[in-house]
Amino acid sequence: MAFSAATANFNPLNTPSLRSHDNHLVTSVSPSPFFGSTAKLRLSSSPKFNVHRRSGSVVAVSEAVKEKKPKSTPNLLITKEEGLELYEDMVLGRAFEDMCAQMYYRGKMFGFVHLYNGQEAVSTGFIKLLKQQDSVVSTYRDHVHALSKGVPARAVMSELFGKTTGCCRGQGGSMHMFSREHNLLGGFAFIGEGIPVATGAAFTSKYKREVLKEVDCDHVTLAFFGDGTCNNGQFYECLNMAALWKLPIVFVVENNLWAIGMSHLRSTSDPQIYKKGPAFGMPGVHVDGMDVLKVREVAKEAISRARRGEGPTLVECETYRFRGHSLADPDELRDPAEKSRYTARDPITALKKYIIESNLASEAELKAIDKKIDEVVEDAVEFADESPVPPRSQLLENVFADPKGFGIGPDGRYRCEDPKFTQGTAHV
Amino acid sequence: MLGIVRQKMLEQSLKKIRPAVAVLRSYSSAAKQMNVREALNSALNEEMSADSKVFLIGEEVGEYQGAYKITKGLLDKYGTERVLDTPITEAGFAGIAVGAAYYGLKPVVEFMTFNFSMQAIDHIINSAAKSNYMSAGQISVPIVFRGPNGAAAGVGAQHSQCYAAWYATCPGLKVLTPYNSEDARGLLKAAIRDPDPVVFLENELLYGESFPISNEVLDSSFCLPIGKAKIERKGKHVTIAAYSKMVGYSLKAAEILEKDGIDAEVINLRSIRPLDRSTINDSVRKTNRLVTVEEAFPQHGVGAEICACVVEESFAYLDAPVERIAGADVPMPYAANLERMAVPQVEDIVRAAKRACYRSVP
Repeated sequence: MAFSAATANFNPLNTPSLRSHDNHLVTSVSPSPFFGSTAKLRLSSSPKFNVHRRSGSVVAVSEAVKEKKPKSTPNLLITKEEGLELYEDMVLGRAFEDMCAQMYYRGKMFGFVHLYNGQEAVSTGFIKLLKQQDSVVSTYRDHVHALSKGVPARAVMSELFGKTTGCCRGQGGSMHMFSREHNLLGGFAFIGEGIPVATGAAFTSKYKREVLKEVDCDHVTLAFFGDGTCNNGQFYECLNMAALWKLPIVFVVENNLWAIGMSHLRSTSDPQIYKKGPAFGMPGVHVDGMDVLKVREVAKEAISRARRGEGPTLVECETYRFRGHSLADPDELRDPAEKSRYTARDPITALKKYIIESNLASEAELKAIDKKIDEVVEDAVEFADESPVPPRSQLLENVFADPKGFGIGPDGRYRCEDPKFTQGTAHV
Repeated sequence: MLGIVRQKMLEQSLKKIRPAVAVLRSYSSAAKQMNVREALNSALNEEMSADSKVFLIGEEVGEYQGAYKITKGLLDKYGTERVLDTPITEAGFAGIAVGAAYYGLKPVVEFMTFNFSMQAIDHIINSAAKSNYMSAGQISVPIVFRGPNGAAAGVGAQHSQCYAAWYATCPGLKVLTPYNSEDARGLLKAAIRDPDPVVFLENELLYGESFPISNEVLDSSFCLPIGKAKIERKGKHVTIAAYSKMVGYSLKAAEILEKDGIDAEVINLRSIRPLDRSTINDSVRKTNRLVTVEEAFPQHGVGAEICACVVEESFAYLDAPVERIAGADVPMPYAANLERMAVPQVEDIVRAAKRACYRSVP
């Protein structure tokens, strides 16, 4: 299958006049080939991408920089602080995942490990716009979502090593990252399982406002999942109910075109996932997921829509994972040419170029960030290495919030009251 | 704790009621009758009015007043924000309820029958039961999944399975099986107040049955402890352990056995997970013979678990092999006579008890 290059043919968008927040997201895309970054959402008041006003084209960040007409001080999409924050977050994600691969091959990490290399723009673009009380629900490819949401790298690395200092005390693992403090609700191994849970978290936000009368509760939930999940029944059930009850949720599809070895095009009758949004009465948007600035623009709109109480949005981010599905995946089915095409669109390199060329920061500052992140990741590994493994008594802990759930022991008292209970010697 | 005290008081008062109707007149505490449907409805009503975080979600719970009228009147009283009619999306709404429970709301999810819970079982097991463990205690899930379980009358194979054993295998879940109205009220209130996921297995045929009920049970803070079985009838020759509808059958069997001189002790398990092993074992140590009764398929069932636990803990006290009565090992047939054969009847329990007492050859 042939992918057109990053600069695909664009169809002139017919929406520049639609300024209202709602309508622009319902832009329909005329039947251009799905592959490559096709024309998409509304164009914001960002002369940064002013090219599109004429040709209606939206291009990758790097392209825009090249074709930029020399105007006086262009309105940049981000400030310097934001730019550096985005850069740092993406580099943290990348460095962390690379370190995970190293640790896995050294035997420090085990089981199923799914890495996020190449998709950082989606995580950073969305999650950096959230408040602490907003929640994120993810799938098994959740390390970087955890890091972007604010879970310390040390806690994530320890969790992966299975140590007791991990964010879930070593009881969750790579695929089950939870953090009550940062409102990261997991970490689910079954694809599609997180979507109803995310919808429920959004439901809670609405319930708190309407029934419990916490009038300023405007928490938003983001559900991240992949292209394979979009064929699962639960996805549709939740699109329906979220739109029906106007829940404050954004459904973010990280369409990396592959579900392990199953190509999206082989498994889906209509591969354009964003079209499934309007079928349920919500806007469906397609965005270039390799470009963090574009993702951020779309995310801003979708998240503020949800915060205002206007309901859900379905955002399809076209992205790519540079590594295999998991570290155990030999990744033989993907065409190397396709891989190299996407590697050329590496979101980190693109952002770096943008930052430098719009004089937001110097190369030296970015290098300093790289170095800092390297140290953070190394420190995380050291911390995880030195942390203790869970003690035997931890095995029986945390099964129930109310530990009487273990029932009554042979002496007639609740088992959890037996002093030997958590030493693992109590018979259950 | 209070619940246990109340339970003891109740046991005593109920014990006095049973023998003769004439005695009833002198005990004003036990004059009321309430059917299981009303018991469940009143429990839901009281818990919803006590805590505004409790909400109902399920198919037909609102405008239809509940598929089996359990949630009658609750929509009018609490409004559409707290009594949610859902589309036919078990996986979706069970997951939504779990997500809401992650944030401290207390959903009561109704499955029209527990057979439909199989469509949502991923959420019951993977995102509800296991979450407290996977998140190391950060996220608890105070959710209740309730609905009718087990065989009804002539509803066929796909609507008649009993799921007690399935859910009881999973750590992180609590599984409750009420029998009479007192159980229904007490256990449902306990389940809603409990901070962990609870699977509450009712029985459709019991909904209309009335039971005598005392004033303690009607009190709005009445609650039964989870994990304690109840000895419905004290005896000394054989122990019959059952749950849900089979408790009623076992009590009838006990009356028949009494005429033959066998004094049976009937245990109403009430809680399948955690199983009240100590009550069962104490009873077996007293009577030395055990019959387990359940309506579900025999293999890997609750009876098998009870048998194993008794053998592990009270082997020396057993005077006879454990008798296990269960449903037939076939999908439930439709024809009425076949259905009768596929579910345990009172005669089966009587025969099993006699076998355990070496009174007859099968």
